[in-house]
Amino acid sequence: MEILKPAMAGTLESSDAQVTVEPGTQGIQLTLSSSVMNQYGRQIRATILETLERLEVKNANVTVVDKGALDCTLKARVECAVFRSADCSQQNIPWGGVIV
Amino acid sequence: MIPRPRPERFRLRRTMMFMNAQKPGLIKDAYIYGCDSIMLDLEDAVAENQKDAARFSLYHALKTIDYGDTEVIVRINGLDTPHWQEDIRVCVAGGADGIRIAKCESAKDVHTVEEAVLAAEREFGVEEGRTLLMAALESPKGILNAYEICSASERMFGVAISGGDFRKCMQTTPQPDGIDMLAARGQMLLAARAAGIQCFDTVFTDLDDQAGFEAEVLQNKTMGFDGKSLINPKQIRFVHQVFAPTEKELIQAEKIVRVVRENAAKGLGVFTVDGKMIDIAFLPGAERTLRLGKACGMYKGDLV
Repeated sequence: MEILKPAMAGTLESSDAQVTVEPGTQGIQLTLSSSVMNQYGRQIRATILETLERLEVKNANVTVVDKGALDCTLKARVECAVFRSADCSQQNIPWGGVIV
Repeated sequence: MIPRPRPERFRLRRTMMFMNAQKPGLIKDAYIYGCDSIMLDLEDAVAENQKDAARFSLYHALKTIDYGDTEVIVRINGLDTPHWQEDIRVCVAGGADGIRIAKCESAKDVHTVEEAVLAAEREFGVEEGRTLLMAALESPKGILNAYEICSASERMFGVAISGGDFRKCMQTTPQPDGIDMLAARGQMLLAARAAGIQCFDTVFTDLDDQAGFEAEVLQNKTMGFDGKSLINPKQIRFVHQVFAPTEKELIQAEKIVRVVRENAAKGLGVFTVDGKMIDIAFLPGAERTLRLGKACGMYKGDLV
């Protein structure tokens, strides 16, 4: 998917993560901050990058502020932000297709 | 991925706790509270501009979190909104046990949802008929049409009244004796029993009024409800206590089941147990008491 316009999903509440995606030209540029960076930073980064790869996002500036989200929440927030940036987050989501 | 077993249409549902599907902090812990069912909410708890985000969150929660024996129901948005169709797709794709139809007013509403559920089951390769339905009655029209709603589908396991909206329609407010909703609760119970499905009471929203809450739960029990919707985990324990059978009821029920079965084999139809007349008509109630006792951990026997 192509990142067409800036979009955001998620909140700064505990157990959540706020994900912002913006159009970019130089691959995936990820800026990550997390309240549990020392313990889980590597895994959080991997989950975000895997999700973007699954959605076939090649170029984007991605900012994630993590507040201790589980992997399933990180995935949900990244996916929602990407679908919002393409204006297709409201219906006909490919559940069980690229969303797994 | 957590595969959920095929949902049971009739199971123990004393407590059904609402959770905002958009809040990860809530849904990840939902199963630890021990309520019989959780109700993940896509409707009123989710702001209009977060409906999409709530679905992504719900999908991954359903696929990832092991809710164990807790039943997982999803409350979808009303049929007068642009959201309900995608709500149904995500519920079915994620494998929710059941869907609660908000603001249900007619059998036609149930059929509309049922068609969309069947289409989604086919789209996502889910066993046809797996996804259960329940209806929330929130208006006078819903209450007046309660029987046609309750008997509209083989997927229907229950019906619930939604007090907030209903009282607004009726221009009344919660009363300590429940007179404000007496007629509606009664009509809904009659309809549910006539259709052979379960019946649940509305939430009690004043968390500081424990005495009022307890009085309402006791009234629910005596009116014949199967359970109650809740908004806070601290409400669970009292409902489970009230809806559990007493030791005396269990002993009586066990005796009835045993004697009815023995006498049926001998060709006897009516007889006395502890001085009370008993016949075959007492069997379903006694079996229900034993099943309830089993679910509450009070009955260990093998009659049910």
